[in-house]
Amino acid sequence: MRHLLSAHDLSREEAVLILDTAAAMAATQQREMKKLPPLRGKTVVNLFFEDSTRTRISFEAAAKRLSADVINFSAKGSSVSKGESLKDTAQTLQAMGADAVVIRHAASGAPHRLATSGWIDAPVINAGDGKHQHPTQALLDAYTMRRHLRGEDAIGSDLAGFRVLVVGDVLHSRVARSNVDLLHTLGAHVTLVAPPTLLPVGVGTWPCEVSYDLDAAVAARPDAIMMLRVQRERMSSAGGGFFPSPQEYSRKYGLDGARLRALGPDALVMHPGPMNRGLEISAEAADSAQAVILEQVTNGVAVRMAVLYLLLAGADDRAGVSTPELVKDSV
Amino acid sequence: MSAHRYLIRGAAPLGGDPTDLLLADGVIAATGAEAAAQAGDAQVVDAAGLVVLPGLVDLHTHLREPGREDAETVLSGTRAAAVGGFTCVHAMANTQPVADTAGVVEQVWRLGRDAGWVDVRPVGAVTVGLAGERLAELGAMADSAARVRVFSDDGVCVSDPVLMRRALEYVKAFDGVVAQHAQEPRLTEGAVMNEGVVSAELGLTGWPAVAEESIVARDVLLAEHVGSRVHICHLSTAGSVDIVRWAKSRGIQVTAEVTPHHLVLTDEIVRGYDPQFKVNPPLRTAEDVAAVRAGLADGTIDIVATDHAPHPVEDKDCEFDAAAFGMTGLETALSVVISSMVLADDVDFGWADVARTMSAAPAAIGRVADQGRPLAVGEPAHVTLVDPDARWTVVPRELRTASDNTPFAGRELPGRVVATFYGGRATVLDGVPQERTA
Ligand SMILES: [Zn+2]
Repeated sequence: MRHLLSAHDLSREEAVLILDTAAAMAATQQREMKKLPPLRGKTVVNLFFEDSTRTRISFEAAAKRLSADVINFSAKGSSVSKGESLKDTAQTLQAMGADAVVIRHAASGAPHRLATSGWIDAPVINAGDGKHQHPTQALLDAYTMRRHLRGEDAIGSDLAGFRVLVVGDVLHSRVARSNVDLLHTLGAHVTLVAPPTLLPVGVGTWPCEVSYDLDAAVAARPDAIMMLRVQRERMSSAGGGFFPSPQEYSRKYGLDGARLRALGPDALVMHPGPMNRGLEISAEAADSAQAVILEQVTNGVAVRMAVLYLLLAGADDRAGVSTPELVKDSV
Repeated sequence: MSAHRYLIRGAAPLGGDPTDLLLADGVIAATGAEAAAQAGDAQVVDAAGLVVLPGLVDLHTHLREPGREDAETVLSGTRAAAVGGFTCVHAMANTQPVADTAGVVEQVWRLGRDAGWVDVRPVGAVTVGLAGERLAELGAMADSAARVRVFSDDGVCVSDPVLMRRALEYVKAFDGVVAQHAQEPRLTEGAVMNEGVVSAELGLTGWPAVAEESIVARDVLLAEHVGSRVHICHLSTAGSVDIVRWAKSRGIQVTAEVTPHHLVLTDEIVRGYDPQFKVNPPLRTAEDVAAVRAGLADGTIDIVATDHAPHPVEDKDCEFDAAAFGMTGLETALSVVISSMVLADDVDFGWADVARTMSAAPAAIGRVADQGRPLAVGEPAHVTLVDPDARWTVVPRELRTASDNTPFAGRELPGRVVATFYGGRATVLDGVPQERTA
């Protein structure tokens, strides 16, 4: 693994290694002294062509806790209309000696272009590209599920046998694509639930089931339910909108109190954030004891530490599952 | 032209029995034994093993001049055309300024004549500024020195049905044809690739087949209603093939073209997000490719047209979403057709079909009287010699077009244009363009 561009590229072994490494990283974060030394002297660039304070801060915290230097490069406004800027920016970063580039971009495939066009040598980590992929989000989601569902036996395990609902705007969602790929690789059974207008043509070939009926999907008692953010502007965009009104969307596809009770108390309630309370998720569900939404944020740092570590420090001495031990030893 | 005398020895007309051709005074002066007998001091071209075709005619070429001379000029584009075996190209109207007046089409026509590589036939815009709001002065362009007969807003669809109807009707007065870029605009907002399995995975906005097919269906019905002929540019989907086949069976005057790239490439190749494969209409599925190849073989699709669309490096060296649509094609078209049609086992397509679809039929659609003619005594000496056994590897920088955006970079292709004769002058010999001496 030289870059992390898509959850689709990860084998089961690589995915489990990342989750195990993240667990080791998380363990160190319980200590008073959170900072680890392995990326001392390395420079990680956060190249954000699209605003996302949450994701940027998470990567920044992850890099800093591994003792890397972090450069935040915000290039918002220079995205698709001036495409040349991606190449110029990449070459600028190369000249500045970036050891890894974390890129967020509105154009699907921009990280792929960065990694394969010869503009730059450094490893590229996709922090979300258009409607394509957001692999560290899927990894932190999988990590969160595994921790809760496997408990003490989490290390070395996958998600075989677990059933996960992913609900909402699949069409525009990189989170949904990444999760379908990774959860499938890890052996989980995924059902996408959405109105037909918010599912892409071609979804039938994905390794998952598709349903238009949230109540039926909830009644099947999944192990986890992941609510996707729905942007209110989807209602009024081209073609008269993807759904008639926020109220109708909420009634048919929102996670409200009744559906929360139908799920039962053991199902994890997840959301990649930021939430539209009252649209795709009610306050009751978001604040319930079974919601792990804030923990997802916490786990995001550990997962991103693991990815940075494996791409930057682990390249020389990585030897399968022994890596988490290496992390512990180095502390 | 009288200085140009060539005795072509041993070439196979449309792949048939080898013969000699004498080109003199701009015409095919003699064939068979007569050719050598009358040759006199003619320059001998050894064409043993070569196929001789009528000079190729492209109905869909973007020469970019005026306005985007950084991508191509009439001179560089027509020289590339000659190297590709063409003796006539139709220069698309989406220049800057748009070719929507007699002045602009005459300018392009003169630039072509001065360059001297091929016959440049300007295409006139259907609507002023390609804006789709009111008809351009179609009659003035038809009556101009450029004698425009093909009208197209290519790059943009004439989506207003009333405007399309009026255009179809109006051009009947001078035997013109409207060439439609069939793309329903509302169904393709922001679209950058074929909508289907691959676009769903890549997260790129899809361009659905129905956006093409709905316009093709509408326009063949309009053409039937008003008794006009209509031409479908760069037909790309299986559904469009079915609609055109149905329309022809009803006697509707519809013709259609397919590009070389739609004969071989599919949307699978977009998986690397390489903008060299971004084109409009987009690369489709393997089923669509099979359908357009079958349609070309059975005559449903009348012609191959390149949609040669050069772009400077910076317009492709970027994110897929940000990149320009288009591929060059003049120098690879014949090889791609040989590869995908002539040499293919699953379709019945020979050299006569190459001549029909790449010369005679496009000339007929464009009403170019002296192009696409038979290889017979007295016909204009527009002739192309092809080595069917040669293989060559596409190297973008080695192509004569001013732009590098070929989708076939690094591919080995069969068939090489050895020589092109335009009006009896050798524009290409031994694969090398020949500058005019006098
Ligand atoms: Zn077009």
